[in-house]
Amino acid sequence: MLFPIPVAPASRPRVVITGAGMVTALGRDWETNAAGFRAGKTGFRPVTLFDVSRQRVKSAAEVDLPASLPGTELSARDEQRLDRAAKILLLAASEAWRQSGWNDGCNIPLVLGTTSGGMTMGQDYYKQATTQPKRNRIQPTRVTQYQAQSQALTLCEAFGFGGPITIIANACASGANAIGHAWSLLTNGHASRVITGGYDALSQLVFAGFDSLQALSPTTCRPFDATRDGLALGEGAAVFTLETLEHAQARGARVLGEIVGYGAVNDAHHLTQPQPEGNAAFDSMSLACKSAGVGAEQISYVNAHGTGTPLNDSAEAAAVNRWAGPRVGDVAVSSTKASIGHLLGAAGAVEVGICLMALNGGWLPPTNSTASVDAACRFKLVTRPEQRQFDYALTNSFGFGGANASVLLKRWRDHE
Amino acid sequence: MSELHVRGIGAVSPAGWGIPPLRDAIRAAVPIALKDLPRPGREKPLAVRPVPPPPSRPAFLAHARLRRTSPISHYVVAAALEALGDDTTRISAGSLRVGVAVCAMTGCVNYSRRFFDETLRDPATASPLVFPETVFNAPSSHLASLIGSTALNYTLVGDPGTFLQGLALAGQWLAADDLDGCVVVGAEELDWLTADAYRLFSRDVILADGAGAVYLAKTPGAQNVKLTDVTDAHLFHDRPSRIRAALRMRADLPAGNSGELLCDSRTGIANLDRGEVKAWNSWGGARVSPKIILGEGLAAASAWQTVAAIDALQQRQCDAALVSIVGCNQQAIGARFEVQS
Repeated sequence: MLFPIPVAPASRPRVVITGAGMVTALGRDWETNAAGFRAGKTGFRPVTLFDVSRQRVKSAAEVDLPASLPGTELSARDEQRLDRAAKILLLAASEAWRQSGWNDGCNIPLVLGTTSGGMTMGQDYYKQATTQPKRNRIQPTRVTQYQAQSQALTLCEAFGFGGPITIIANACASGANAIGHAWSLLTNGHASRVITGGYDALSQLVFAGFDSLQALSPTTCRPFDATRDGLALGEGAAVFTLETLEHAQARGARVLGEIVGYGAVNDAHHLTQPQPEGNAAFDSMSLACKSAGVGAEQISYVNAHGTGTPLNDSAEAAAVNRWAGPRVGDVAVSSTKASIGHLLGAAGAVEVGICLMALNGGWLPPTNSTASVDAACRFKLVTRPEQRQFDYALTNSFGFGGANASVLLKRWRDHE
Repeated sequence: MSELHVRGIGAVSPAGWGIPPLRDAIRAAVPIALKDLPRPGREKPLAVRPVPPPPSRPAFLAHARLRRTSPISHYVVAAALEALGDDTTRISAGSLRVGVAVCAMTGCVNYSRRFFDETLRDPATASPLVFPETVFNAPSSHLASLIGSTALNYTLVGDPGTFLQGLALAGQWLAADDLDGCVVVGAEELDWLTADAYRLFSRDVILADGAGAVYLAKTPGAQNVKLTDVTDAHLFHDRPSRIRAALRMRADLPAGNSGELLCDSRTGIANLDRGEVKAWNSWGGARVSPKIILGEGLAAASAWQTVAAIDALQQRQCDAALVSIVGCNQQAIGARFEVQS
């Protein structure tokens, strides 16, 4: 039953990551992505997925999909019906599922974040509905596959688990909200295992939308640069298998890392612009720390939302400065959107993954394109690859509609 | 946490703006008259049940955030404000932490269609004013801004059963003491694009739009109605598994008695209703099917079902009320409410 709520455990369970998968323009697996982020590689190229000849901006970080998908319980016919977003999600989920070692799947909650689900299918539906209104061929499949629950159900079928499915569409904070919600389900005793993550594929509607807002950089995405002029779009997914530490230890699972805190607030300010002082960003960072019982002074690295737009980065810089307080100069901050673009509903999940990679590898991912750091940044912006061992990483995700979310991760040490 | 209290309800439906017209329509049990919705490229219009114009211009439309919004935002705000009642003042004053969960299946489809149409014509001139309103969480964001809530705010996407998941989510937030209250809204807006799409699956489906809202808190409301159960969300992938999911949902709920009301999601279309007919074939109490009267409002319809069940309890027409939702393409899920003794 989803309600009544089970009585919360006397002591809050710790939540660990036991499986992780990632797909971005840098690669279709965890290790390739980790190597790319560590070196500060970039994945931008001219857009090939749709016509951008009339757009201001003509590049994005596209994923190279493989010729075939990994083996699952899906039939070949099922796979043929999948849209681009579903394939990206399935690739990341397959990697996470295999790594987790989970093999029985009934009643595992699935919590996903996305902004546009199978939008490419919706676009194709619309084109045919307007140009050939009496032709219905393939249209029912497009209607079905367009909906976000379709991609979620695909995962359930592919790996044989039964949900429930929760899809959070909080714009660009969706992925972080999904992981945060999954964390809450585990810490509050609603489940012992959860699959979670975020995904989004590039689509013409969304690309044109950000271009119409003149939010896309016509040059290079340079987060926190004094001369920054916009964001770059990308696509991808990250999926994690989360479980309580007790559950993971009982089955002898290898632990990759720990999620220790989550904060989410709404700024109630503007549909597309952040509150200029970053009040909600400050609150979400503070709430994540409070929920973990960790002070800002213990956190060495922040993976910023850092879109590269003038408004986001100035508000976020103000929030980080205020949150870190007098030791702000010691906090390392970077935006990996300089490498893979803004992944929208996938961004928060992929950036949780990057934090996990950095904690485990002992390195800081650089904001490789930024040359002259904005004077508003009182923190240390990481612009070159750097080795550093650290214990806590915080990731920020902010979205349209004033959605703000922060997730706090802790490095896992085998003796714990 | 074993119970959640209903502090208020609100609705916008093809019957009109507010709970009274919804109540009257369900009591009358006469399907709302159909309207024609032009379908570009075809001579024959689509038959739908839209929300009628409001009796007077809603005051909230004067808010700067709502000037350019599409109907779904108007429906969300109107239903939520009705449910929240006088508590909106306390939220704005910062003395009440009220979260927002908006549930939708097709969401902001009017502006999405319009923006994509502009993009296909010439992306260089597509309107930057339209694009932000295409985002799923635009309505919940407008609501938060209007009532001044900075608390937890999620937009959940899924088939109609998602609304009951939203109620359970509110329960989780309240149990964790993240909030003092939470308004859960199910909403949709009509567009020829969605009405045409649903015609592909059943030519008899009549789409509708609107919203329903339930305001939940840990403390009892004036009418003493509480939420006692939300079943598991039983997933299905095809027609046979849809029936099995409906049966499992039924098995999760108490047997019920003759003094209880069942508020189900039957549409009046036999092949769509098969799961629900099987699940409830031994039901002996009163039964209402709001979709047959109001139309297929997707997430809004599941909210109307829930609101109608709560309203019947508030009117003391029954001792307890069950809500049964067998969704379009995701899940079967149910809930139960009762009057606090």
